[in-house]
Amino acid sequence: MDTHIRVRNLNAFYGKQQALKDVNIEIPRKQVTVIMGPSGCGKSTLLKTLNRFLELTDDTKISGEVLVDEQDIYARDVDVTEVRKRVGLLAQRPSPLPMSIYENVAYGMHIHQMRNDRVSYKQAVKHYLEIAGLWDEVGKRLHDPATSLSIGQQQRLCLARGLAVEPEIILGDEPTSALDPISAQNVEKRLLDLKEHYTIVIVTHTLRQAKRLADYVIYMYLGEVVEAGPAQEVFNNPKHERTRAYLEGQF
Amino acid sequence: MMKKRWQRRHLIEAFVKGLMIVSFLIVAAGLGEILWTILVQGLPALNWAMVTQVPQGGFYLGKGGGVLNAILGSLYLAGGGTLLALIFSLPIALYLETYLGDSDWGRYVRLSLDVLWGIPTIVYGVFGFIIMLAIGLRASLLAGIVVLSLVELPIMVRAMDEVIRRMPVDLEQAALALGSTKLEVAVRVVTRQMLPGIITAILLAFGRGIGDAASVLFTAGYTDRIPTSLMQPTASLPLAVFFQLGTPYPIVQQRGYASALILTIIVLIISISSRWISSHLNKYTVK
Repeated sequence: MDTHIRVRNLNAFYGKQQALKDVNIEIPRKQVTVIMGPSGCGKSTLLKTLNRFLELTDDTKISGEVLVDEQDIYARDVDVTEVRKRVGLLAQRPSPLPMSIYENVAYGMHIHQMRNDRVSYKQAVKHYLEIAGLWDEVGKRLHDPATSLSIGQQQRLCLARGLAVEPEIILGDEPTSALDPISAQNVEKRLLDLKEHYTIVIVTHTLRQAKRLADYVIYMYLGEVVEAGPAQEVFNNPKHERTRAYLEGQF
Repeated sequence: MMKKRWQRRHLIEAFVKGLMIVSFLIVAAGLGEILWTILVQGLPALNWAMVTQVPQGGFYLGKGGGVLNAILGSLYLAGGGTLLALIFSLPIALYLETYLGDSDWGRYVRLSLDVLWGIPTIVYGVFGFIIMLAIGLRASLLAGIVVLSLVELPIMVRAMDEVIRRMPVDLEQAALALGSTKLEVAVRVVTRQMLPGIITAILLAFGRGIGDAASVLFTAGYTDRIPTSLMQPTASLPLAVFFQLGTPYPIVQQRGYASALILTIIVLIISISSRWISSHLNKYTVK
């Protein structure tokens, strides 16, 4: 397996409460990895450790290593903004920045100074809106407020915005749970298209979504990784009793 | 069955609602009385000369002229003071929220600002005057602007601080997730999202600055001429009101009320126009 992210001996605490217990996993490159498990099992926490978002919450502690291409993102000399540029996040609810549609997509490229002139910014904005499947809907009103879009469109805008900083990895924290079924389907389809170029890690609590998307599955329970492996194996032939119980809907 | 019965909790609601209405009426009556007084007393004396001329000889005895010196003086003083205060307030407010947050230091800074807010402005005036004596600066537009900016600073910072604290966490995190530094979040996202509130904060401080007499009494002085440089003394509307109401002549007193009316109208115009501007600027604000 071509490992992109390797998590080693990871422990995480909220205050005194341990949220992750000695997590050791490998996430394959250019595939969709789905983290699943009952609520409160630590799947969102695990996701947040991958782009160093956990440290934004007060009173959290982390030990262990998260290696992206064998480089520890928690090492002292690592620039956290570079980590988050390489590891993008699609949040549960879309939160467009207080700017126009155009500026939302251009924002990340601006702060990282990724283009030199207006024309190439415009081309890039168009390019990423197309990838997110939004260009046809917003191409003629790029300077409208991003909040004028529907929730489903906003989520695709957030996807375009995240892709524009050219990450290698896309994290999704239940990225379709706030959307209506058709928008959700649309976002799922985009994610499947994207795995050709990106490593994708999704947290979901819907088993059906996991089955639709996953190439690789991580099943968690009470802060521990119970089972991890290729989707076919885990879904058809779970090794652990707990995973089997979860797959059979006993939660 | 659905008929209304007068239970205890309905009575309590009616009582508290009555209390709110009475409170509102008391305050509205006070405000109405003030506006009524300056309108009735001031309108007869308000004419074109009042707003286009400076005082002529014998103005304070009832002869011709106007208070253009005080109108422009007040605009210069409050405009300059607000601008100066803004230059310092916005960075302070952003620093407070972005880097200090609810830490001990953050709380000390907020406490000292609240104390400064409560200090009578005459104390600022005297403080400014002592500094001026020490460095040999005479009563001037510059000194008035500096002291007014000190008066306005705590109000502006605290008002902005309260606004910025209401910044939605999701929005900040969205920007951080793209690899923004905290500074980029503060300058590019928070400031834009909170612009309407920031403008309100500026307005609040401006209102206090333009209406204050005590702080400019020693520091800006008073003169019948319009200042042409920062080093010249300048008149101001609150002091114009004060001096004119202090004379024994009814016609001059009326002009005092007219000056108060002008001051009120200026504040009104600036409030309405900045609200208009901010409602156009907040097109992109995330609700």
